[in-house]
Amino acid sequence: MPQIKINGVQHNIDANPQMPLLWAVRDIVGLTGAKFGCGIGACGACTVHMDGQAVRSCLTPLADAQGHEIVTIEGLSAGGMHPVQRAWVANNVPQCGYCQPGQIMQAAALLKQTPKPTDRQITDAMSGNICRCGTYQRIRQAIKSAAEGV
Amino acid sequence: MTGIINLSQRQLLKGLGLGSGLVLGVHIGTHKFPFGEAADAAEPADQQFRPNVFLAIDETGLVTIVASRAEMGTGIKTDLPLVLADELDADWRRVKIVQSRGDPKYGDQNTDGSRSTWQFFGPMRLAGATARQMLETAASQIWEVPVGECRAQNGFIVHASSGRKFAFGDLATLAATMPAPPTDRVRLKDRTEWRYIGKPHPIVDLDDIVHGRAIYGIDVVVPGMKYASIERCPVYGGKVKSFDPKAALVVAGVERIIEIPATPMPTGFKPLGGVAVIANNTWSAQQGRQRLRIEWDYGPNAGFDSTIYRAELEATARQPGKVVRNEGNFDGALGAAAKRVSADYFVPTLAHAQMEVPNAVAHWVASSCEIWAPTQNPAQVRQTVAEVLSVNEADLTVNMTLLGGGFGRKSKPDYVAEAALLSRMAGVPIKVTWTREDDIEHDYYHAVCAQHLEAGVDRDGHATAWLLRTVFPPIEATFQPHIVYGSGGELGQGVIDMPYDIPNVRCENGAAANHARIGWYRSVYNIPHAFAVCSFVDELAAAAGKDPVEFLRELLGSPRTLDLKALGLLVDYPNYGVDQLAPKIADDYLIDTGRLRGVVDLVAANSNWGQPLAPRQGRGIAVHRSFLSYVAVVAQVAVGNDGEVTIPRLDMAIDCGLVVNPDRVRAQLEGAAIMAIGNTLYGNITFKQGRAQQSNFNDYLVARTDITPETHVYFAENDHPPGGVGEPGVPPTGPAICNAIYAATGKRIRSLPVDPKLLKA
Repeated sequence: MPQIKINGVQHNIDANPQMPLLWAVRDIVGLTGAKFGCGIGACGACTVHMDGQAVRSCLTPLADAQGHEIVTIEGLSAGGMHPVQRAWVANNVPQCGYCQPGQIMQAAALLKQTPKPTDRQITDAMSGNICRCGTYQRIRQAIKSAAEGV
Repeated sequence: MTGIINLSQRQLLKGLGLGSGLVLGVHIGTHKFPFGEAADAAEPADQQFRPNVFLAIDETGLVTIVASRAEMGTGIKTDLPLVLADELDADWRRVKIVQSRGDPKYGDQNTDGSRSTWQFFGPMRLAGATARQMLETAASQIWEVPVGECRAQNGFIVHASSGRKFAFGDLATLAATMPAPPTDRVRLKDRTEWRYIGKPHPIVDLDDIVHGRAIYGIDVVVPGMKYASIERCPVYGGKVKSFDPKAALVVAGVERIIEIPATPMPTGFKPLGGVAVIANNTWSAQQGRQRLRIEWDYGPNAGFDSTIYRAELEATARQPGKVVRNEGNFDGALGAAAKRVSADYFVPTLAHAQMEVPNAVAHWVASSCEIWAPTQNPAQVRQTVAEVLSVNEADLTVNMTLLGGGFGRKSKPDYVAEAALLSRMAGVPIKVTWTREDDIEHDYYHAVCAQHLEAGVDRDGHATAWLLRTVFPPIEATFQPHIVYGSGGELGQGVIDMPYDIPNVRCENGAAANHARIGWYRSVYNIPHAFAVCSFVDELAAAAGKDPVEFLRELLGSPRTLDLKALGLLVDYPNYGVDQLAPKIADDYLIDTGRLRGVVDLVAANSNWGQPLAPRQGRGIAVHRSFLSYVAVVAQVAVGNDGEVTIPRLDMAIDCGLVVNPDRVRAQLEGAAIMAIGNTLYGNITFKQGRAQQSNFNDYLVARTDITPETHVYFAENDHPPGGVGEPGVPPTGPAICNAIYAATGKRIRSLPVDPKLLKA
């Protein structure tokens, strides 16, 4: 039975170790912030952090997550607002909002590694995350404003 | 008629969670902007009062407003309550918004056609103003002063001369005992008094969204719920011949296999049918599904090939079609023209690909069913589910969740009916979740369209003759397969509503049989028609040797309104539902060429139009009216030597009349631009042997952050009534990009998506 630490809490997950982390988190652990979008790692809606790195949870088997620290959107900021979440609010980024947990997790991982990203670095980091509402311009603005504040 | 009634004492509100205190119901009839009308003599006086907007003010002063439209990202769940709160003079921090269920008592909840704001702006104002007036009356009775001396102010009723004031909550119980004033006695605010309308405002779900707490359909959990994944016939109209469930049943977590009978064509809104795997989690259901062995009867579309189909449509477009608009003498004028121009345009099939895949939860108990679904059209959910379950609509409860995007896909409730059928068959609550492959392979696609245009230009470069012939399978074919010509509404999306000042005009529609499941997609047939019309106008400008902006101004002529009905059109022109939904206001929404000119001027003035650019860079302009609003776009593109197109900048000017929440209008245009970029540069669904050849974001490409332009949005500020906002940004963006490509390279794009190979240096 895979044992995985999610948002600081140890979970014993009664599931096939090949089950993608996304479905275990959503259907078994009951955290629905990470979204299903494509199942092939092509849209980024399911993005979570594994040891601080952004990963596509739809392609991460439980077996690979075992022994690592998983953080979902629900655990990004303990009780408060992560600078990226604050920037998302300040820039009124979301429209439907469905992809935004994935966008926020991707952006938070980017800023952790690259506190002052260039336009090119933002493009490289964020091109895997699709938003069909088309909020990209505001996402870019929000990342820049979060970078100012970091 | 429109009316307001005090429902505070009524039992019918139990279960709505509106609390006690003052509760008002509003029945929305037809409205003359900006004021709600009093009784309409044409409606029978005994018509039962059916409130469809609810507002409650409890003893603590908390104002609860029921949002009855679907929230799919437009911000309507915030913006309509904002209008009401402004008229009420409520303190927005003390306003709670409750999402309604899908229930006939809320009237029209079909959230499509970019019409929520123009349809509900007047009624929301009236509801707020009525409640404000009742609170003012209650205060005047307690203070024993004339009601005219009592004024609402941010959650209080204030008596200015004595300095006394009551909080709304202090007056709610007394106001609850009063009759609502007749609507013609309600004083609406002057627009100079508005505090919320016209100012940017964050959406109410913002905090939940950024913390992952917002609940979409796919997030709903019901105790005891099982998860279903359904294998459907890859060809539209096919069905299961036989299947072997054994290998699927051995997958851990899989509990049952259930066949859903195929709906014979036309499938309409009903499920396609297939084989469902029921499991205790989504992934197991998907794994089981991969092990199903199914033999299909592929049905009549088994040979459908989109390459052959395209050739057929293009051949039809070269033959005379059914005449749908005819003025002057096109043939004669073309014969006399100094220059003749003709071109053929093609837009392929597109998929919605909204981020949240179709999904729904249903719980069948005894003879009733409760549903949770991301739906744009809960009334259609009720009707379709009632039909497939053979139950009364009264036995259904439909809960509306947030939608992770809609774009028209979630106007069709086939996926909800799947969940309802499976719950009844399985005897447990069922969540159906489509995969992305299901979504792309079984969409209600945006239909393919082939067009042929011809025009004549005189010696001075004036257009004298215009022919547009359009060929596309009409959406009605999904419901009535024998329909091969477009409806008035479809032809009113950029064909017969052509606004240019050209004396000799003929519009024609060629027949097209349908072979795929098609449906409405954000801005619908405006996509191909605006692409062809706005591109062709640019071709005419080049033929006339004129600057495209100058040519557009000339073509629009002096400001005038076009009443297409008065032109004696040969097809019914419903003008985006104004004529049916609100006939009294139809005159406010005639096509106004002055407003088209206004957005052209606005965007030209702000986009550096005419300023020099580097080689292989160019600007293009396009203007289009749709959904009662006017949008002009200037695109600036750069085309690499390899033919790759980038779009450094987009300028968009909109005239949508009165703007409720400028930040959300801006957001809708920024988003429409991104969707249009995807439609123009990437979107392309093709079929071989009846099957869609694309299945996911790896082969159905959409716009990503790397192609995102710096987008500027400008508003034409005026007193016109509100128009639509969700869709009108899409149609002109594509042709503006293609016209810019022409300016950059001298190469015309007449077939989408743009093929970089044709643009190599």
